[in-house]
Amino acid sequence: MLDRITGTKRTVEANGHLPVDANLITEPAQLASRVSAWEAVQAARNIQRPHTLDIVGRVFDRFHELHGDRGFRDDPAIVGGIADLDGRPVVIVGEQKGASTEENIARNFGMPHPEGYRKAMRLYRLAEKFHLPLITFIDTPGAYPGPEGEERGQAEAIAQSILLMARLQTPIVVVILGEGGSGGALALGVGDVVLAMQNAIYSVISPEGCAAILWRSPAEAERAAKAMRVSGPDLLELGVVDALIPEPAGGAHTDHAATAAAIRTALAAQLAKLERVPAADLMSARYERFRAFGALDEAGAAPPPPPPDSWWRRMMKRPSS
Amino acid sequence: MPFGRKPNEFPSHLWTQCPSCNEMLFNKQLARNLNVCTKCDHHFRLGARERIELLVDKGSFHEHDAALTSGDPLGFTDSKPYPERIAAAQTKSGEKDAIITGEATIGDNPVILAVMDFEFMGGSMGTVVGEKITRAAERALAERRALVIVSASGGARMQEGTLALMQMAKILGALARLDQARLPYVSVITDPTTGGVLASYASLGDIIVAEPGALIRFSGERVTSGTVGEKLPTGFGKAEFLLERGFLDQIVPRPQLRERIGFFLTAFRAASQDLRWSL
Ligand SMILES: [Zn+2]
Repeated sequence: MLDRITGTKRTVEANGHLPVDANLITEPAQLASRVSAWEAVQAARNIQRPHTLDIVGRVFDRFHELHGDRGFRDDPAIVGGIADLDGRPVVIVGEQKGASTEENIARNFGMPHPEGYRKAMRLYRLAEKFHLPLITFIDTPGAYPGPEGEERGQAEAIAQSILLMARLQTPIVVVILGEGGSGGALALGVGDVVLAMQNAIYSVISPEGCAAILWRSPAEAERAAKAMRVSGPDLLELGVVDALIPEPAGGAHTDHAATAAAIRTALAAQLAKLERVPAADLMSARYERFRAFGALDEAGAAPPPPPPDSWWRRMMKRPSS
Repeated sequence: MPFGRKPNEFPSHLWTQCPSCNEMLFNKQLARNLNVCTKCDHHFRLGARERIELLVDKGSFHEHDAALTSGDPLGFTDSKPYPERIAAAQTKSGEKDAIITGEATIGDNPVILAVMDFEFMGGSMGTVVGEKITRAAERALAERRALVIVSASGGARMQEGTLALMQMAKILGALARLDQARLPYVSVITDPTTGGVLASYASLGDIIVAEPGALIRFSGERVTSGTVGEKLPTGFGKAEFLLERGFLDQIVPRPQLRERIGFFLTAFRAASQDLRWSL
C-alpha cells in the first residue's frame, strides 16, 4: 500500500537498474558531476534563477492568485492560489523572491513576515477542505528576522504552519526551488514527497550565520556550507529530500522553460501517485517520513549508526502488500 | 553559578551578584530560593535536574531514555570535531544531551515531562532532543498522560545540519497526534528560548507560560538589530513583551509554577467528564 507513494524508485532492487521515471535523481551517482556546497549556494541564490511565479506561470495551465491572511495584510514574500495541471486543480503556496533589486525590495528578498505564513496556512486549510493537493515551493533566505516579525509572532506563525502541514489531510508535494533557509523554509516543507532542484540548498542556518557563530567570521561561509552539507546530493544522502529534479546544463537560470518542464513532469508523476493513496495511509506515511530523522547512539550499544535511510529506501525494503 | 561580576571580597564560589538589582547574593541562599533573587525576584537560569525537582510531586519523577546520545551524522568539524564538543559538554554537565525526559505527577496529574538544559551546548536541539521529545509525546499518547515541556534553548544545533531542522517537523507530528487525542500539552518557556525551539514546540502549548524576564525571541538579538540597524525598545523580546503582544497565556514566577501547572491540568481533566486522560 505505502509503496505506491514512494513512486519512482520502488523497483530498483527488484530489477537491478534505475527506472527513473519523471527524470528524477534519486542517487548522487546519477549526477555526472557533483557541485561543491558553495557552488550550490551561489547557484541557489542566483538572481536570474526562476522564482516561484516564473515556475507557476510555466508549469500550470491556469493560475489565479489568492491574496492576504484575512488578518493583517497580504505578504508579498509568499504567494499562493489555485492552479491547474492537466485539468487537475491544485493549491499552490510558494515563497517569492524578486528578479531585480527593485523587485526584491518589494518582495522583502523572499523573507516572509508572520502574516505570510498565516496566509499560507489559510491556503493549506483551503486545500484540505476541498480535497485539493497542495504544492509548495520553497525559496527563502529565511523568515524575516526584524522586530516587526517578532512583534507579530514570527516563531508562532512558523510553528503553527509546520504543525498544520504535519496534520493536513490532503496530499502535499514540496519543491525546494532555490534557497531553503531554516524554519522559514520548513513552514512550507512538511510534505509526503519532498523534492529539490538539483542546485537547491537547504540548511538549518545560513552558511554565513553558521560561520559567524562557529568560526567567528562570516567569511568562513564556504566552509560552513560544506560542513553543514547543504547541497542537493548531500540532502539526498541524508534522506532530507526524496529526489532531485534535474536542471539544464549550466543551471536553472540558463533555461527557465526547460526547468519548468522538468518540474511539471515531476509534479504530474507525484500527484498521480499520491492521489490514489487513502488519507489514513498518507497521514501515517508522512508521520513516519519525519519520524525517521535522527542518528542516535544508545550508550554502551553499537557505534553511531550511519545516516538514516531515506524514506524511499526504507519503503522499498518493505515487502509490497 | 557563573553570573555577574565579582568584587574580590565576594568570591564567586560563595557569592553571586544579581544583574538586575546588583545585590550580592549568598549562593546557598540563592539556591534555596530556587535561583530567584531574594531582593528583586530576578530569575536566574536553573539547571534541568533542579527544575524537575521543583516542578514535580516529590519523588514522582522517573527518567526515560537516559542513555540516548548523539551520533555525528554529518561528520561535522569546525575548530573541533563535533564528537569532541559533545564529549566535553557531557563531561562538564554530567548529562548526555540538552534535555531530560521522564514520567511524573504534577498536582497528582500524570504527566510526561521534558526539561531542557541551556548549560549543555546552549540547549541546542539536535537529534537527541528531537528523539526524546518525540518519544515523550508518543508515550504521553500511549499512556494518556499530559505532556509538559520546559524550554531553554538557543535553537537548532548547527552541527547536525538539516537533520536538526527536521526534528522540528518530527516533534510537531507527534504533538499533532497528542492534540487530536485531546491530551493537554503545557509549554513552559524559560530564559532564554530562541530560534527553532521557539519556532516549534515552545510556541504550541494548549497553555503557554513563561518565567518573568525570560528572553523569548525568534532571532538572536544580534541578528535582529544587525539586520535592521535600529535600536530596539527596552524589554523587546522579553516575556513581558510577549504577554502584551498576545503570545503567552501567563507569566508565572518560579515558586508558583508547579501549583499553576497542576491547576490547569486538573481543570482539563475535570472538564473532560470521563476523566479520559487520567490513568
Ligand atoms: Zn536582584
